Amino acid sequence: MDKIEIDAKELHYTPLNQQIRKAVHEGAKEITIRNIMGQRFIADGLKGGVSLFLHGVAGGDLGMFMSGPDITLYGNADHAPGNTMDAGTIAIHGSAGDAVAHSMRGGKVFVRDTIGYRGGIHMKQYLDKRPVLVIGGSARSFLGEYMAGGLILVLRRTPDAMNDERGIGSGIHGGEIFIRGKIDNNCVGVGTKKDPCSGDEIARIIPLIHEFAEKFGVDPAPFLKSEYTRISPASARPFANKYTWE
Amino acid sequence: MCGIIGVIDRKRELMDGSSIRQALSRMNERGSGEGAGYVAYGVFPEFKNYYAIHVFFDNIHESKGAVDALLSEWGTIVHDEEIPTSDHARIRKVHTPWRYFFKPDATLMPRSTAPEEDIVTYIVMRVNTTMTGVLIFSSGKNIGVFKASGWPEDVADFYKIHEYKGYIWLGHNRYPTNTPGWWGGAHPFNLLNWSVVHNGEITSYGTNRRYIESYGYQCTMFTDTEVVAYLVDLLVRRHGLSAEMAVKALAPPFWDEIDRMPEKERLLHTAIRLTYGPALMNGPFAIVVANENSIVGFTDRIKLRPLVSGEFGNRLFISSEEAAIRTMEPDVEKIVMPRAGSPIVGRLIA
Repeated sequence: MDKIEIDAKELHYTPLNQQIRKAVHEGAKEITIRNIMGQRFIADGLKGGVSLFLHGVAGGDLGMFMSGPDITLYGNADHAPGNTMDAGTIAIHGSAGDAVAHSMRGGKVFVRDTIGYRGGIHMKQYLDKRPVLVIGGSARSFLGEYMAGGLILVLRRTPDAMNDERGIGSGIHGGEIFIRGKIDNNCVGVGTKKDPCSGDEIARIIPLIHEFAEKFGVDPAPFLKSEYTRISPASARPFANKYTWE
Repeated sequence: MCGIIGVIDRKRELMDGSSIRQALSRMNERGSGEGAGYVAYGVFPEFKNYYAIHVFFDNIHESKGAVDALLSEWGTIVHDEEIPTSDHARIRKVHTPWRYFFKPDATLMPRSTAPEEDIVTYIVMRVNTTMTGVLIFSSGKNIGVFKASGWPEDVADFYKIHEYKGYIWLGHNRYPTNTPGWWGGAHPFNLLNWSVVHNGEITSYGTNRRYIESYGYQCTMFTDTEVVAYLVDLLVRRHGLSAEMAVKALAPPFWDEIDRMPEKERLLHTAIRLTYGPALMNGPFAIVVANENSIVGFTDRIKLRPLVSGEFGNRLFISSEEAAIRTMEPDVEKIVMPRAGSPIVGRLIA
């Protein structure tokens, strides 16, 4: 019973999640799920050292509150995969919708292609819990909006992509956003600081580049020899005077 | 929330309603069972030259005489019938849906440049604002709206939409938030050949409504989507804007983006914003609009609601979720999320 297969064809997410939990409870180490078609909330709140291999189009909130498992999705994801995820990994062999890694508090989300608007909105960190979002293609406007912690890395396979976006890091007060290459001043939001990456900072993203390349079978070399822009909060409390006056 | 979907076959190949029924039920998580509906273009070929006036009657014996009289005053009722429904669907039939095929008498509106359309618009507004227990919910040529309170699959079965064939279909799965669910409040909203399905809220409804009412439209359905149908009718049919320009008026670029545009574009977008300021729609929305030649999908300019498009052969699909599109067409290609405020347009090529 180490390996188990589930057919999700025309199966509602409630019985689907019940089957997943039952398999994990009975000691399954690898769960393959086929024919996924928009089911929401897959593997939500799931704990343990299990690996899930999903085939199809996953619905919203894939792996929400998940703590530990390793998900590989062969297909696109709808909105908010990794929503408030606590630990574990999600690797998406495709693209994802809006609000990817929404409020994420630990673990890693890798997206091979593009993501929609508001990726990494309100990611946070505490002590050793440092969530990571890596995007192979590009992200739309308001990436890292209200970000409070963690790390976002955008590898931008097309270097000019994202120069029409706006509000990157808008309202950021913790964490950091790395974007490959240069990004226009008009693209970043209020309360941000935009600098070329230093050697120390590059060192933080090198292991993530290798992990991304390994997961999706791509050559890491072009990403390793590139320059990166780092977007971070303008100060420790950039909005101290916005709502209260001291 | 709400789930929306639209499809156009650019070469007018007809599709029956069974696959959009499946696609819309795929998004049942986006609905609450209090409203669903469909619109199909090309469904009345034998009456394609007449306006298909669809009416909900609370009580046929009380009100039908008055509607018959009003229509006969302004033209000819070529044919009328009760819209066939199934007794087996899980829908409580609180209204009697009826349809008239109507030929307006153009000589009765002599100074109008579009007398037939103006007569039909006048009749729709007149009935919906002055007659109790009667609502006209569809008034285009060769077009039928099928909507009620219920889940998408039940509404589809109630109206037997698998028996209709159209080259454009829109569908809507409603999750009412600001107003109660009722038959008239279900989408699509239709006026003449315009139909609209919408996910979200138009928070600028008050401003938009005052603006549109100054042009003689009257909002009667207790919901914000209605105003979108009238705005599109005003901007595109009456003022002659292209679909792309109308979307730029309804969901315009930000001023700082306009400031950075090349001179010609900057002047155009400034003029559009200044002219159509009260038509600007604020709030979270994703909308698909159809007329007899095209479908157009767009979102609010900061993308607070989802929209995905896909293509397969001559067909363009626009929906809230990729899974819904794949339910209609498993081999769909070119899945794209359109940029906020940018229209995605499918036009007939034959």
